[in-house]
Amino acid sequence: MPKQPPYIRRRNFNEVALGYTEEMAVEEASRCLDCKKPLCVDGCPVEINIPGFIREIARNNFAEAIKVLKEKNCLPAVCGRVCPQEEQCEIRCILGKKGEPVAVGRLERFAAEWQALQSEMVMPVIKEKTGKKVAVIGSGPAGITVAGDLILAGHDVTMFEALHEPGGVLTYGIPEFRLPGKVVNREINYLCKLGVKLVCNYVVGKTKSLKKMLDEYDAVFLGTGAGLPWFMEIPGENLNGVYSANEYLTRVNLMRGFMYPKTYTPVIRHKRVAVVGGGNVAMDCARTAMRLGAEEVYIVYRRSQTELPARLEEFENAEEEGVIFHFLTLPEKLIGDENGWLQEIECSKMELGEPDQSGRRRPIRIDGSEFRMKMDACIVAIGNSPNPIIPSTTKELEVSKKGTIVVDESTNKTSMDRVWAGGDIVTGAATVILAMGAGRKAARAMQEYLMKSQ
Amino acid sequence: MFEIIERKMIVPNLHLLVVHAPDIVDEIQPGQFVIIHAGEGSERIPLSAADWNHEDGTLTIVFMEVGTSTGKLAMLKPGDFIPTVVGPLGKPTEIENFGTVVCIGGCFGIASIFPTVKALKEKGNTVITIVEGRSKNLLYWEKKLADYSDKLINITRDGSYGYKGHVNKAEDIIRETGIKPDRIIANGCMTLSYKTTQEYSHYNVPVMVMLNTIMIDGTGMCGVCRCTVDGRMRFACVDGPEFDGRLVDWEELAKRRKQYVGEEAFLVHHSGCGGI
Ligand SMILES: Cc1cc2nc3c(=O)[nH]c(=O)nc-3n(C[C@H](O)[C@H](O)[C@H](O)COP(=O)(O)OP(=O)(O)OC[C@H]3O[C@@H](n4cnc5c(N)ncnc54)[C@H](O)[C@@H]3O)c2cc1C
Ligand SMILES: Cc1cc2nc3c(=O)[nH]c(=O)nc-3n(C[C@H](O)[C@H](O)[C@H](O)COP(=O)(O)OP(=O)(O)OC[C@H]3O[C@@H](n4cnc5c(N)ncnc54)[C@H](O)[C@@H]3O)c2cc1C
Ligand code: SF4
Ligand code: SF4
Ligand code: FES
Repeated sequence: MPKQPPYIRRRNFNEVALGYTEEMAVEEASRCLDCKKPLCVDGCPVEINIPGFIREIARNNFAEAIKVLKEKNCLPAVCGRVCPQEEQCEIRCILGKKGEPVAVGRLERFAAEWQALQSEMVMPVIKEKTGKKVAVIGSGPAGITVAGDLILAGHDVTMFEALHEPGGVLTYGIPEFRLPGKVVNREINYLCKLGVKLVCNYVVGKTKSLKKMLDEYDAVFLGTGAGLPWFMEIPGENLNGVYSANEYLTRVNLMRGFMYPKTYTPVIRHKRVAVVGGGNVAMDCARTAMRLGAEEVYIVYRRSQTELPARLEEFENAEEEGVIFHFLTLPEKLIGDENGWLQEIECSKMELGEPDQSGRRRPIRIDGSEFRMKMDACIVAIGNSPNPIIPSTTKELEVSKKGTIVVDESTNKTSMDRVWAGGDIVTGAATVILAMGAGRKAARAMQEYLMKSQ
Repeated sequence: MFEIIERKMIVPNLHLLVVHAPDIVDEIQPGQFVIIHAGEGSERIPLSAADWNHEDGTLTIVFMEVGTSTGKLAMLKPGDFIPTVVGPLGKPTEIENFGTVVCIGGCFGIASIFPTVKALKEKGNTVITIVEGRSKNLLYWEKKLADYSDKLINITRDGSYGYKGHVNKAEDIIRETGIKPDRIIANGCMTLSYKTTQEYSHYNVPVMVMLNTIMIDGTGMCGVCRCTVDGRMRFACVDGPEFDGRLVDWEELAKRRKQYVGEEAFLVHHSGCGGI
């Protein structure tokens, strides 16, 4: 798929991947063998009829293709861009055994973009109104899926969001150059057109307790995602110039810091930036820092490249854009000047030992290997704890030791009557498509309950 | 959308804002704050609740015009709408029958301490309220506070009204009258919080001060409001904003507050409290 060349894109916030033309999409789709037993489908957490939609693209029936996609996935434009296809659908594609797998994600994205360009939007049929009221808390992918499914089933759906814009991580976390804000807005607008009521600036548990919500709604879904960022618990983490990934990305994405000083939320344009961590979030921070004009951007990761949890595509993109990788490196100390600004980071070199519970080889510090790097910013991207607001204000809700909400595996029902949950708040940090899968499962159980109850 | 019912300058540089926010008013308690975002391009800024009315669902805020976002708020007129008022956020101030409580307010804190004063009085405490400003023309809400205080002490730095001095002056007065406070609570700028902690620590009772850190989401997601209290990393928006000042790492806090000073395009206007 065509991309902006690295030397250009590393300094702008426009989308990196430019998308297929119609000819390219048809050509790629024609490679699909339309397998009788499509292995690719087993790899998709929401079981999209992959050969089905690809067949339609190959036949130039783009409208049909999107219909097939939407049967299972209400956010194809998002998933086509950010799903880890290389470990889900594409890795199982039979063509991948010998050569290149079919580019399922890119085709999915193509179909969604094609539809967005059509002047007429085909609206799905909404079932007769049931008079039942549903509250969806959190407007990330999990919440969006539940809202979409239950509005079509004829219920009255209100989606509450704490921030001033909906979309969850899709809006405040994943940067513009990977997932443009307009794509997310389009999906939210579509939900609103279907009749979902959206209430932003509303923190359930604070503005109104969950218990009181239950007086007004027949069923509630909790899709509240991530909470407080983790830090490394090393000296110097409160120095100026040290950020959590969430702060950094929120300033730039949600608060439009990339347009500062046209906007008012300041983003400091640091020259030398170290990002700690090895996931998608770390890649996003590093590439954002680059786009804000940094001279040198480093990823500091304590294991080796083999263990890097980020998507391969994102690692390659980052490397092409000039991000420098320090593998097997662990920050030990952040050192500041007298005004509290970060100056240097001290790191140790690591080696890999025996595998740990996660099956990955455990990094072990090499004594005496400490070294320092001059840095004026350090972004800590090592994860978040689950969002605590609702559990901490709702004693009846069962949570795990880690703070995730405990649910029944087959229905995503919580310990509380009429309350379901799904997405990162249940699993801890996962993926967009898994959050959607959880939302779908919960929506099914909620629908069953709503139809049974008086 | 939230409708502005009233906006007026009450003393130089301090504005009163009354906004219609019935859901927030339903739940709000003393010591909590809201986050306001005046629309695309603005910052999300935390402002404390200074009063509220359950009947008409209005929330009162008193804010100091210091920069871009507060500057925008200062231009609002009744009938205007702002897109974001979210809350109530933060932990409420602990309200118990403590005995004798000294409540201290400076600049916007003269207003934001009011709900605490009122609630403490209603719980049966003896409430000594101290308000402090540079000059007489910067003090306000005297009657409102006096109505719920056993004693109201005014202090001005230039001596134009009440006693002359800083918050430490009030400590002299309290010591002289032989009052033994069971708790100190202060609202206002960082300097006031810091000075209060210094002056009142010797009583060996909690000195609860509001920390006004930089914030973005205010819901415990971004981590920008972190501070060190009792040797631990805490987040002012969810663990605070009130902490026992005796346990706060003030030096670190002061440095963190200055993070964006060089970046802000607009002038800093201090109302003379020497605040940070
Ligand atoms: C930087 C970054 C990059 C990522 N990249 C990828 C990727 O490439 N591919 C991929 O598949 N996944 C990626 N992920 C992970 C993915 O985004 C998440 O797994 C997914 O968004 C989780 O969805 P969710 O619906 O559970 O919650 P979220 O998306 O976290 O949404 C939760 C929403 O609930 C709101 N909320 C919380 N509490 C309340 C409350 N009390 N009242 C009202 N609203 C509330 C929050 O403000 C938020 O908007 C990435 C994550 C990050 C942070
Ligand atoms: C929990 C909490 C409650 C608060 N309650 C109130 C309140 O009730 N009334 C009120 O007036 N303020 C209150 N504040 C402070 C208020 O949030 C800031 O004054 C505001 O964010 C400044 O925004 P601005 O965009 O106008 O200024 P900016 O443009 O962001 O800043 C302009 C200049 O002012 C400085 N500045 C930034 N923040 C502050 C601050 N907190 N205090 C002093 N100077 C600052 C900056 O360093 C900058 O140089 C509270 C803060 C917190 C954390
Ligand atoms: S939703 Fe994700 S996993 Fe499923 S087919 Fe699309 S890209 Fe593949
Ligand atoms: S496995 Fe590959 S070739 Fe077979 S249907 Fe799926 S995408 Fe097409
Ligand atoms: S303001 Fe973001 S965590 Fe407190």
